[in-house]
Amino acid sequence: MRLEPIANPTLPRRLGLPALAIGSTVVIASLLAMMAGANPFSVLGLILQGAFGSKFAILETLNRATPLIFTGLAAAVAFRAKFWNIGAEAQLYSGALITVVLGTGLLAWPSPLLLPVLALAAVLAGAVLLLIPALLKTRFGVDEVVTTLLFNFIFLLFISMLLEGPLKDPMGMGWPKSARVLPEARLPRIVEGLRLHWGFGLAILSAIAVWVLQTRSTLGYEMRAVGNNAEAARFAGIPVNTVLVKTALLSGGLAALAGFSEVAGLKGSLTLDLSPGFGYTGIIVAMLALLNPIGVIFAALFVAGIFVGADSMSRAANVPTYLADIMLATALLFMVLAIMLTRFRVVRD
Amino acid sequence: MARDGVLRLNDITKRFGKLIANDAVSLTLHRGEVVALLGENGAGKTTLMNILFGQYTADQGAVEVFGQTLPPGNPRAALDAGVGMVHQHFTLAGNMTVQENITLGVQPLFSLRSGTQTARKRIVELSERFQLKVNPDARVGSLTVGERQRVEILKALYRDVKILILDEPTAVLTPQETEDLFATLRQAIANGLSIIFISHKLHEVMAISDRVVVLRHGKLVGEVNTKDTDPKAMSAMMMGTSATPPDIVPAQPGGVLLQLDRVSTADIGNAPGLKSISLALKAGQITGLAGVSGNGQAALADLVGGMQAPDAGTLTVNGDTPTSWTPREAVAKGIARIPEDRHKTGTIADFDLTENAILERYNSSDFSASGWLNWRSARDYANGIIEKYDVRCPGADTRIRLLSGGNMQKLILGRVLEAGPQIILANQPVRGLDIGAVNYVHSQLLAARDAGAAVLLISEDLDEIITLSDVIHVISEGRLSPGFTRGEMTPPELGIWMAGHGFEEAAVAS
Amino acid sequence: MDIIDILLSASFWAAAIRIASPLIFATLGELICERAGVLNLGIEGIMVAGAFAGWMAVYSGTGLWTGVAVAMAVGMLFGLLHSTLTVPFGLSQHVVGLGVTLLATSATYYAYRLALPEVTSPPKIEAFQPYRIPGLADIPLIGPALFNQTPLTYAAFALVLIVSFTLYRTPLGLAVRAAGENPSAVAAQGLSVTGIRMGAVIIGSGFMAVGGAFLTMSAFDSFFFEMVNGRGWICIALVVFGAWRPGKALLGAILFAAFDALQIRVQQTSLGAAVPYQIFLMMPYVLSIVALVLVSRRAEVPAALMVPFNKGER
Repeated sequence: MRLEPIANPTLPRRLGLPALAIGSTVVIASLLAMMAGANPFSVLGLILQGAFGSKFAILETLNRATPLIFTGLAAAVAFRAKFWNIGAEAQLYSGALITVVLGTGLLAWPSPLLLPVLALAAVLAGAVLLLIPALLKTRFGVDEVVTTLLFNFIFLLFISMLLEGPLKDPMGMGWPKSARVLPEARLPRIVEGLRLHWGFGLAILSAIAVWVLQTRSTLGYEMRAVGNNAEAARFAGIPVNTVLVKTALLSGGLAALAGFSEVAGLKGSLTLDLSPGFGYTGIIVAMLALLNPIGVIFAALFVAGIFVGADSMSRAANVPTYLADIMLATALLFMVLAIMLTRFRVVRD
Repeated sequence: MARDGVLRLNDITKRFGKLIANDAVSLTLHRGEVVALLGENGAGKTTLMNILFGQYTADQGAVEVFGQTLPPGNPRAALDAGVGMVHQHFTLAGNMTVQENITLGVQPLFSLRSGTQTARKRIVELSERFQLKVNPDARVGSLTVGERQRVEILKALYRDVKILILDEPTAVLTPQETEDLFATLRQAIANGLSIIFISHKLHEVMAISDRVVVLRHGKLVGEVNTKDTDPKAMSAMMMGTSATPPDIVPAQPGGVLLQLDRVSTADIGNAPGLKSISLALKAGQITGLAGVSGNGQAALADLVGGMQAPDAGTLTVNGDTPTSWTPREAVAKGIARIPEDRHKTGTIADFDLTENAILERYNSSDFSASGWLNWRSARDYANGIIEKYDVRCPGADTRIRLLSGGNMQKLILGRVLEAGPQIILANQPVRGLDIGAVNYVHSQLLAARDAGAAVLLISEDLDEIITLSDVIHVISEGRLSPGFTRGEMTPPELGIWMAGHGFEEAAVAS
Repeated sequence: MDIIDILLSASFWAAAIRIASPLIFATLGELICERAGVLNLGIEGIMVAGAFAGWMAVYSGTGLWTGVAVAMAVGMLFGLLHSTLTVPFGLSQHVVGLGVTLLATSATYYAYRLALPEVTSPPKIEAFQPYRIPGLADIPLIGPALFNQTPLTYAAFALVLIVSFTLYRTPLGLAVRAAGENPSAVAAQGLSVTGIRMGAVIIGSGFMAVGGAFLTMSAFDSFFFEMVNGRGWICIALVVFGAWRPGKALLGAILFAAFDALQIRVQQTSLGAAVPYQIFLMMPYVLSIVALVLVSRRAEVPAALMVPFNKGER
């Protein structure tokens, strides 16, 4: 067999294949639900209901989507330039860490001043953290996939060390947990009385900003050029390594905003279970969005919906929540296959 | 005659979408003969050979070897039937030894014995019999192009082939190496082999073949015995009558625009750097660089194109010596760069024509202000190039990967020539293009020359260099010969330089 | 206890060899994949799946070696998935690899929850026991370190020899290496690049799964979540560190494991008490990065690693 490029894929092909990918994911999830002894239709129904079936459910999904938009953007930006940042988990914690360090009393400023400073500090922390793998790649040619992955483990241990040491909350009753940030360091709710904070708004704004950057700015053009064909970009005079470093700074900063938003908007303090793998899930969000920043918003809502829905389904139907992770993994694999097949046709030759 | 046909292609037809790559082509190869398969790029030669080797399945027709019909689409079938092919782009693993490359895939995969000793004996024996000298233990990556071709031929002979197909085998050889290759081929014929020789070089076809088969636009348009024809007649058959090469008027050289004074650059891997070369590119003149591929052409192109700064010596452009030398600096100095590989370095496949058109100048004030792009002026610019340089495409928002090589090259030409450059670096500007596009590119280069540009033309095709260049330098192992004016040297004389002779004497004389 | 004393004790080296064993299996698996030109980032998840599958098989009553075979088969299944997507379809090896890791991990956890819904702490199995090799085990220092290990550790060492022999001394190994250097050379000789690459990934993934199974069936006797804990990623670093050669990769794995064993022991010294234990736990990961930086300049990467092969393109 051989792959042959398709000049102008038809609309049914462009829409039908991704739909087929999602459909196949649902079929596999149903089979797995049956293996657990549950009725697949009720399981799927419960997931949908748990994700979008009530005001509470929708708000929960939006809250869960917020960090995923940030980490999804982080992956989308980096992958567009073919910089494989798999370390969003560590960058997220770096943002959370700096928020807690500065926000628990070190800077006792009013909200309108404190919050932007915290967000900026988080961006810087994430950027600096990813700078190391970026420089190792551009200076020494060390593969960033492995270094960013390993950094996740190192940084989580570092956080654990701080939470059992200098950052440990004296009121925490022995739990490895930081003190709570000041009330001034909390992101306000978008609508009074509804459990949805401005981190979500910041996420949407970030997505739009990234989209504008990618399509309108010279830096965005450079990032796309480097990602598509680094050799041609270098020949054309684009400083490839500088672009990669800038990409890394942006990507790390975006991932760190997830940590800032989770601490300042939701949790109020730093714990080791702040993120149930938001950094890794961001990769799936980005891939499902075809690396499109606006698409990241929708992909994040989809992914968050599956997680939130699966949580409540699991309680009701006694099917393990890991069904959600399986669904995402299969959706990811089917989706990349479907996208490839919209652009290439398989010919027997 | 018909009874001793060793290979027969019967009525082969192959379509790719709307394009008919092979249109009912029939061809018979007899025992002990050399058939030249002649045709321009895109005439369907490669497709035909890919069908023979089971890489493609024909829509119609069959392949017969020694009377047996080959099962379609099975790459092993042709090999097992005794057909071997030497591809134009060598299929060798550079990090492995000659012997490993030759024995790859010959033994059953799941055998526990490597048979190293017997294999080695056989390689030595074959290389002596066919005058193909190579060291079985050498890493292929360390060999010259000519030596690599010998390994390719040995690969086929090692499998005991009866039919040998060579695809453009002389494209990368010096005239002397070509002679050696022909000696080997005659030896092969004497040993009972039959040969298909694919080429578009007419004098070589005259020298080696018994019979000529001509393909044009996928159709077989002529079949004659070599002794009954001449280059002129073959050329007419090959091209039809439409295309004529551009007329060339004598050059009017002006002042020196780019000067290299004893410039050296480091070797990169197996690719030699420059060894203290001096070169002056004059306005209104085409300077041709002849040489066997891999002798420092890439290093010189990288230097002039700004990809590599001199390690020693000085580079002077328009009278000043730039302190930093980067691609951006080169573009700013008015150097138009046509890269060797359109797909890998010249364009970004998934960018549209607009995005590709501004690739070198996206951050100039024409297309952007304080970091933000002005897509409208970029699109206007791209549309201008599309119109002026006759780039055939559905529109400026087409992804460039969907364009043919010729149209891609036209966009690159437009991109670099639009600014009215003073210096043009044309690295293999017509490789892989059909004859119409070749003539177009050549006429554009000549027009730029006549408008006063200094052109550096790098090509592995000696004919192209001789036809277009006003001054020819030969490059060998990173060393540069003195300049020879148009007509000063015959091809065999240039061949001696290309083989690396004369440089020491010239160095002493200067 | 002094560091010198630790380094001279047989129990330390025995621990190092034990820690190295799963890494050896998985590193060899990754090495085979990469030699054929495919980066397999599914390694982490495949190790998780192998750890569970082998242990579960034994827990449900099969013999230990059958458990190893089950683990291998499960790994090969994921290898089949990975290679189908990356080889004939040429999809991004990064994305597919991470996807396979996620799928294998979550499918394993799902299966675990289905199989053992009620348990709070996972049940134990009768794991592989050390087997003293008579005579050899009596050699001072080396004997107890090398020759009083479980059969699965001996298998790991044997596998180094087998893989090394196959890669460098058989026609199959030649074809695998050529597929990673220049796939068109393989195709031109009438061999199937797709077949060779897929085969390499499938076999390699099988070995990764056995590496995971070592954890539940030899190093420990039970299955825990997070038990692989980044070992897969470390193996990817070890392949680079070993310059894609089985022998050097073995040395790298042992060196690495020795550091790991050392940090565990230093933790128990007075020096260790003064330093947060997380610092010691970080060492393996930091060490991997340092190793990558050290070898990066002279790394001889297979030329066609991560380059998909499509017959249509030349």
